Amino acid sequence: MPKEVCGPVLRYIIRRLLQMSGVIVVLSLLLFLWLRSLPGGTVSAILGERATPESRARLEKALGLDEPIYLQYFRFVGRALRGEFGASTGVLPGRDAFDIFLTRFPATIELSFLAILIAVVVAIPLGYVAARSRGGWLDNASVVASLIGVAVPVFFLAFLLKYFFAIKWGLLPVSGRQESLGCTRVTGFFVLDGLLTREFDCSWSALRHLILPAFALASIPFAVVFRITRAAVLDVLDEDYVRTAEAKGLTKQVIRGRHVLRNAMLPVVTTIGLQVGALLAGAVLTEKVFAFGGIGEALAIAFQMRDYSVLQVLILMAATVFVVVNLLVDISYAVIDPRVRTR
Amino acid sequence: MMSDAPLLSVEDLTVTFGRRGQEPFRAVDGVSFQVRPGQTVGLVGESGCGKSVTSLAIMGLLPQRGNTVSGRVDFEGTNLLELSTDDMRDRRGRDIAMVFQDPLSSLNPVVPVGVQVTEVLERHRGMTRKAAMPVAADLLRRVGIPDPDRRIKDYPHQMSGGMRQRALIAIALACAPRLLIADEPTTALDVTIQAQILALLKELVEDTGTALIMITHDLGVVAGLCDEVNVLYGGRIVERGARHPLFRDPRHPYTNGLLGSIPRLDAVGERLTPIPGSVADNLPWDHACAFAPRCSQPIERCTQVTPVLEESFGRALRCHNPVEVPR
Repeated sequence: MPKEVCGPVLRYIIRRLLQMSGVIVVLSLLLFLWLRSLPGGTVSAILGERATPESRARLEKALGLDEPIYLQYFRFVGRALRGEFGASTGVLPGRDAFDIFLTRFPATIELSFLAILIAVVVAIPLGYVAARSRGGWLDNASVVASLIGVAVPVFFLAFLLKYFFAIKWGLLPVSGRQESLGCTRVTGFFVLDGLLTREFDCSWSALRHLILPAFALASIPFAVVFRITRAAVLDVLDEDYVRTAEAKGLTKQVIRGRHVLRNAMLPVVTTIGLQVGALLAGAVLTEKVFAFGGIGEALAIAFQMRDYSVLQVLILMAATVFVVVNLLVDISYAVIDPRVRTR
Repeated sequence: MMSDAPLLSVEDLTVTFGRRGQEPFRAVDGVSFQVRPGQTVGLVGESGCGKSVTSLAIMGLLPQRGNTVSGRVDFEGTNLLELSTDDMRDRRGRDIAMVFQDPLSSLNPVVPVGVQVTEVLERHRGMTRKAAMPVAADLLRRVGIPDPDRRIKDYPHQMSGGMRQRALIAIALACAPRLLIADEPTTALDVTIQAQILALLKELVEDTGTALIMITHDLGVVAGLCDEVNVLYGGRIVERGARHPLFRDPRHPYTNGLLGSIPRLDAVGERLTPIPGSVADNLPWDHACAFAPRCSQPIERCTQVTPVLEESFGRALRCHNPVEVPR
C-alpha cells in the first residue's frame, strides 16, 4: 500500500477500534440484563418448578445470583477482563464456559468462513458477468437462482443436500466434523490443524465434512452478494467515469478492474459484513442438521437451561466476531474509497 | 497549420435508437461535416439536437445494443465505423480524445488523478507507471495545475471543479491526439472558470496543432473559439458557415434565434428574444421542416416539403425562407 494511504488508514483504524470497544461494553451490559429478564431462571431450570424455597436460596447463593444485579454485572466484567466467564450450569455443568466456547467456536467459524468464501467467490464474478450481459439468458438464470437461494430455508436446503449427496449417493459424509483418525488437535480448526501437523488425511476428512453444510449455509449470502454485485455493476457501468475510461481506449481488463469493479465493490463489501451476522444465525440450524458440533447445539441447550455463563460467552464472542468483521469491512472501505479516509 | 485534406470527414451519419414498443428514433439524421487538421469546428444546438450523439458515434462509444449507426466516419482515410472494437480501442485516447461535460463525475472517484493520467500513457505509449508519472506531472503543469508533483496524488474530490476539468484536458491531450472532441466542457463550471478553460483549450490546440470539435449549446463559446460552425436542429445540420459570416449574417431563423437569445452587454434595456417552444415540438424531417412549428417566419412550403442542405460559397443552409441579409 502506498504511504499516502497508510497514514490516514491507520488513524481511521485506531478511531474505529475505540468505537468498537465501546460497542462491546454496551452490548455486554444489554446482554447481561436481557438474559436475567427472561422468564424462568437458572435455579428453576436446574431444580425444577417444585423445589423448596430453602434449596432455591442455597443454590442462588452458591451461584452468586442473590446479589444486586449491578454488583453481579461488575463482578462479571471484572472476571471477563481476566478471561474468566464462570462455570457452566447446564450445558456441561461444572465445565468452564470459556472452555466450552473454545471447543465449540472453531467449528462454527470454520463452517461460516467456508460458506462466506464459497458465496463471495461465486457471487462476485457471476454478478459482474450477469450485469454485463443484462437481459441475456445467463443474467436471467442467475437472477432466478439467487431468488431461489433467498427463498429456500437453509435447514430445508441442508436436508436436501444431505439426503442426495450423503445418504442417497454416498458422495460425502452424513454428519460430524471428521472421521476418527486420531488427529492431533492444535487450534480446534480441524482443517488448519491437519495442515499444521502435516496430517493431511485429517484436513481432507474435515474438509469433506464441511462441504455440504457450507454449501447449504452459503445459499443466502451467495444470493444477497450476487444481487448487490449485479446492481452495483449496473450502476457503475452507467457512470460517466466508465465512459471516460472507454474514451481513453483502455483495455477491457483495466476498465473492469480499476474503473468498474473497484467502485462496485463498495456496497458489496458492506453487504458481506452484514451477511456475517445472518450467517452465524444460519449456522445454528445447519449445524443441527449435520450434527456439526458448533455453537448451535450448545446455544440451544444453554437457553433451555438458562446457562448464563455459556450464553454470555458464546453470544458476546459471536457479537465480537460480527463487530470485528464489520471493522475489517470498514477498513477495506477506507482502503478502497479515499473519500471515507478524509471524512 | 491548416491543409485542405480533411482529418475527419463525417458523411451521412445516421444514428437510430430502437425503443421498445415505439417507433425507432433518429437522433442523428444524415449529418455530414469535415474537420481539417488543426481546425476548430463547432457543433451547436439545444439539448436533444443530436450533437452529443454525433460525437459519441465518432468515438464509437454508443451502447451497441438497440442502436444502429450508418454512414461514414473517415479519420485519416479509415472509416472508423468499420473498425473492429479492438482496433477502435487502440485509436481512442491516442488519435482521438474526448473531454466531457461534468468533470467530477467523469473522473473515477477512487483512483488518484495522477494514475488516471498515466494509465493512458501506459496503454498507448507502453510506458511503465513509474516512467509515466513525471510525464503526467508535466501534463498537469501544462494545463495550469499548480504544484503538480503534489497534486498528482490527489483524488478528484480533493480538487476544485476547474482543476478537475484541467485534469481531464490533460488526460485527453496525454498522447497528443490529432483530434479532440470537447462535449460541453464548460457547462458545469462557474462563469469565471469557463473563460479560463476556454482560453486554455484555445491555447493548447493552437500550440499542438490538434483539431478540435467543440460541442456546445452556447454560441458565446463558439464565437471565441471556432473557425467553422455547424448548427444542428432535430438531428440535422440546418446551417454551416465560417464563424464571422455566420455570426454577422445568420440566414437560418434558428441560428438567428439562437443569436437573439444571447444576453449582450451593449444592448442594455433591450429584451432578449427567446425561441418559443422546445425541441419536443419537432415535426419529423420526413415531410416538412422540423423547425417550422417554432419558426418566426414560416411559409406554407415549410410544412409540406423537407428543405435540403444547399451549399454555396462556403455556407450551407437548410431553409425555404431564410432570413434576409440586410444590405
